[in-house]
Amino acid sequence: MSGVIEGRDGPWEMVIGLEVHAQVISRSKLFSGSATEFGAEPNTQVSLVDAAFPGMLPVINGECVAQAVRTGLGLDAHINMVSRFDRKNYFYADLPAGYQISQYAHPVVGGGSIEIELADGSTKRIGVTRLHLEQDAGKSLHDQHPSKSFIDLNRSGIALMEIVSEPDLRTAEEAGAYLRKLRTILRYLGTCDGNMEEGSMRADVNVSVRRHGEPFRTRCEVKNVNSVRFVMQAIEAEAARQVEVWESGGTVEQETRLFDPARGVTRSMRSKEDAHDYRYFPDPDLLPLVLDEGWVAGLRAGLPELPDAKRARFVAEHGLSAYDAAVLVADQETAAFFETVAAGRDAKLAANWIMGDFFAALNRTGCSIGDSPVSAGALGQLLDLLADRTINGRIAKEVFEAMVDTGESPAGIVESRGLRQVTDTGAIDGAVDRVLAAHPDKLAEYRGGKDKLFGFFVGQVMKAMAGKGNPALVNEALRQRLSA
Amino acid sequence: MLTDLSLAEARDGLRRRDFSAVELTEAHLDAVAALNPRINAFITVSADKARAQAAAADAALAKGEDRPLLGLPLAIKDLFCTDGLRTTAGSRILEPFVPPYESTVTANLLRDGAVFLGKANMDEFAMGSSNMTSAFGPVQNPWTRRGDNRALVPGGSSGGSCAAVAARMALGATATDTGGSIRQPASFCGIAGIKPTYGRCSRWGIVAFASSLDQAGPVARTVEDCAILLGSMAGFDPKDSTSADRAVPDFAAACRRSVRGLRIGVPREYHSDNMPPEIEAMWQQGLAWLRDAGAEIVDVSLPHTKYGLATYYIVAPAEASSNLARYDGVRFGRRVEGEDLTDMYEKTRAEGFGAEVRRRVMIGTYVLSAGYYDAYYLRAQKVRALILRDFTDAYAQVDALLTPTAPSAAFAQGDKMDDPVAMYLNDVFTVPASMAGVPGLSVPAGLDGQGLPLGLQVLGRPFDEETVFAVGAELERAADFHHLPAIRAGVPA
Repeated sequence: MSGVIEGRDGPWEMVIGLEVHAQVISRSKLFSGSATEFGAEPNTQVSLVDAAFPGMLPVINGECVAQAVRTGLGLDAHINMVSRFDRKNYFYADLPAGYQISQYAHPVVGGGSIEIELADGSTKRIGVTRLHLEQDAGKSLHDQHPSKSFIDLNRSGIALMEIVSEPDLRTAEEAGAYLRKLRTILRYLGTCDGNMEEGSMRADVNVSVRRHGEPFRTRCEVKNVNSVRFVMQAIEAEAARQVEVWESGGTVEQETRLFDPARGVTRSMRSKEDAHDYRYFPDPDLLPLVLDEGWVAGLRAGLPELPDAKRARFVAEHGLSAYDAAVLVADQETAAFFETVAAGRDAKLAANWIMGDFFAALNRTGCSIGDSPVSAGALGQLLDLLADRTINGRIAKEVFEAMVDTGESPAGIVESRGLRQVTDTGAIDGAVDRVLAAHPDKLAEYRGGKDKLFGFFVGQVMKAMAGKGNPALVNEALRQRLSA
Repeated sequence: MLTDLSLAEARDGLRRRDFSAVELTEAHLDAVAALNPRINAFITVSADKARAQAAAADAALAKGEDRPLLGLPLAIKDLFCTDGLRTTAGSRILEPFVPPYESTVTANLLRDGAVFLGKANMDEFAMGSSNMTSAFGPVQNPWTRRGDNRALVPGGSSGGSCAAVAARMALGATATDTGGSIRQPASFCGIAGIKPTYGRCSRWGIVAFASSLDQAGPVARTVEDCAILLGSMAGFDPKDSTSADRAVPDFAAACRRSVRGLRIGVPREYHSDNMPPEIEAMWQQGLAWLRDAGAEIVDVSLPHTKYGLATYYIVAPAEASSNLARYDGVRFGRRVEGEDLTDMYEKTRAEGFGAEVRRRVMIGTYVLSAGYYDAYYLRAQKVRALILRDFTDAYAQVDALLTPTAPSAAFAQGDKMDDPVAMYLNDVFTVPASMAGVPGLSVPAGLDGQGLPLGLQVLGRPFDEETVFAVGAELERAADFHHLPAIRAGVPA
């Protein structure tokens, strides 16, 4: 996937910026004590504040602020010790107060950055302009009644972090990598669960196109895209549309658009002329948010190891390749699983097993790492059996499959199925003799110079020993007999 | 008559068992029944609830309980949400609204044993200086001009609260002040009223007009009664982020403090050629009383006073336009069905809001809109900071300020209705203190030539209501104001 669109009159470059709305993990809402659980019965998690009853007042939830600051620290961003809440005024049925409380002019977190990894192994640093806290609106349900709309205010007032990137992204792939990396960081921090399908992470995508070296042209905003794949598709579709507009002599108008995933196109939602005048002004019900240096330092000290640091450590400490390390740290549980398996063992071997057989088994069984039939401890025991030569590599795969199927321990499987590796040279020599006797023609060919047949003999001996022969000893015995 | 007692006297009488709380409440309910058809001070009378509260108070008194307001009947401005008791804010749009919650201030009063007679009339959403904007009809001032029976306004927006107290339908009342809504009607009705420092009383559960200015306070017939009521109403509330985390002093004790040695400022910008001579004379009289009591009178300057009103009429409508957006017919209050959502909004708000509210919502929307925000709202906030600095500078030299409360006595119902700016000028002396958030008390000081009460305003340092009460009580003693309104409990109509 390249960022260059070949137009009729030459190549175009995409310019992309993302505004991600990430729902803050917090037991209660940004300005009220209501619960935030997903999927509750409509209008069961609504306080008088959330429903904007007369005389109700917002009180900031300190945990939501802490989560925003943790996220800011995780994005290597500047923490603004003084920030402020503004009112964004507009009328809609699922916006009870007629305004959304948001940090428009003075966000709690300023500039930061995210490093993304691309398929070709390169990395790129993407600027984060700001992160601010704001309230979510409720939900309008238009399909429940022939003539009425239903309103669910459970979501009303839930804390969101809006994380705005610089227009540093140049391809849909980069945008996808940015979203995935941001999601990983948020999950590591425990500040957002990143579940786009549940709506706890949504993206507004700003797209423009330009000739190489030009200043930015007019951008369009594609609103509320709810999966990484759709974000990438929306970018491609919108950029293609804009190229077509420019090349046919038209002008791209600044507007808000929606992505239709079924048809793979963006549609106009409202033009600049129809844009709301939000009449932002500081919310007089709230004092400026003033943070304490010591409090921020405490949050910083409590941050977990983040993916970039963990990846670097996996490379340095465990000798993994940058690619393997990146795969393993993409998910915090996977990284922890790897570290448990690798502890005191061959880390590269551990990584290969996890990224190979283990991931394949998860895929096949539809399990997640959390409910995997093979625990990190069990996989470690399997590697130990390999290391002390109780079993060989081929048997190990068989044992692993049995572990996936039965959940039994590797040692138990080896014992009950008699899979222990045979190191008795008498038994091996006997097997070698039987194989050579059974294949006189192949033996003659080998002796005639067809060296490649050595592998055939190894395979036959192993087969004769039901796979349990110690590979080194089998090789050694064969070599001696054939060179005799 | 029980209705002629001050709140403090009634409290003492109850403690001495001179009469029961039920008797006290019945006397006031009788006055309400007799006078409200004429004065219209109450939108909703909660007689049964009041009787039950009074009976409970008697039981508590019998057990020897000693709560500050036990058994004392009050009127509650209809801007305070009261649990299970309709709360309209004087507006058609909230006509059917019964809150399932109790405002912090009224909850504090109930905690201290008060009896609620009902909900007092007011200008719609507290927007007005005459009580003419109420959707539930105007309130008549219990006072009339000598030899002239024409109905006068009680001032506003807390006109119902002040008229009820002046006519002896209640011992005291809650009120709110955004630009003068406690002090101006108190002055017009010949009673005392204090707007405490912004943050002294919780705003939680009070229907918002302009959040950065709204402040609850009491009105009563004596300064000490105001002090007793404020002591119960005030206090830190974690549910209001702008509430001040400060201890509540003994305000009633402060009323007995001497003013000897206090420095009282006279802001020169409050003088004007247009000021009626009677008001200027009353002001000078007030200064003379304080001088006689040992205070030192000092000329001070509040140079940005002249911008106060203009600034206020940007900031307050701006906040109001946003605060009133929630009255959309979707979740509570009045709804007028429409063809679609926008049509429902337009119909609901056009029919639900009166002309003055619509005017201020439009002004506020305008001053916040793109392209005008910097010129109006932002500039107004800068001027507001200068007004606050004026007061801070003045309080470096003096302990309190003395000014007239309003530029006139009560005017006739219907006057100034065709000229909003003339109406807004009522607040010229009260608005600067609102913009600065400092406390202000109005004390009845005398009558004008037509027999109407005039008030003097004492302004103090932030959170120094005690000095304000001390100065107000001294003025009250010196003025010895015992004039009575023509319409009051016990006087045949």
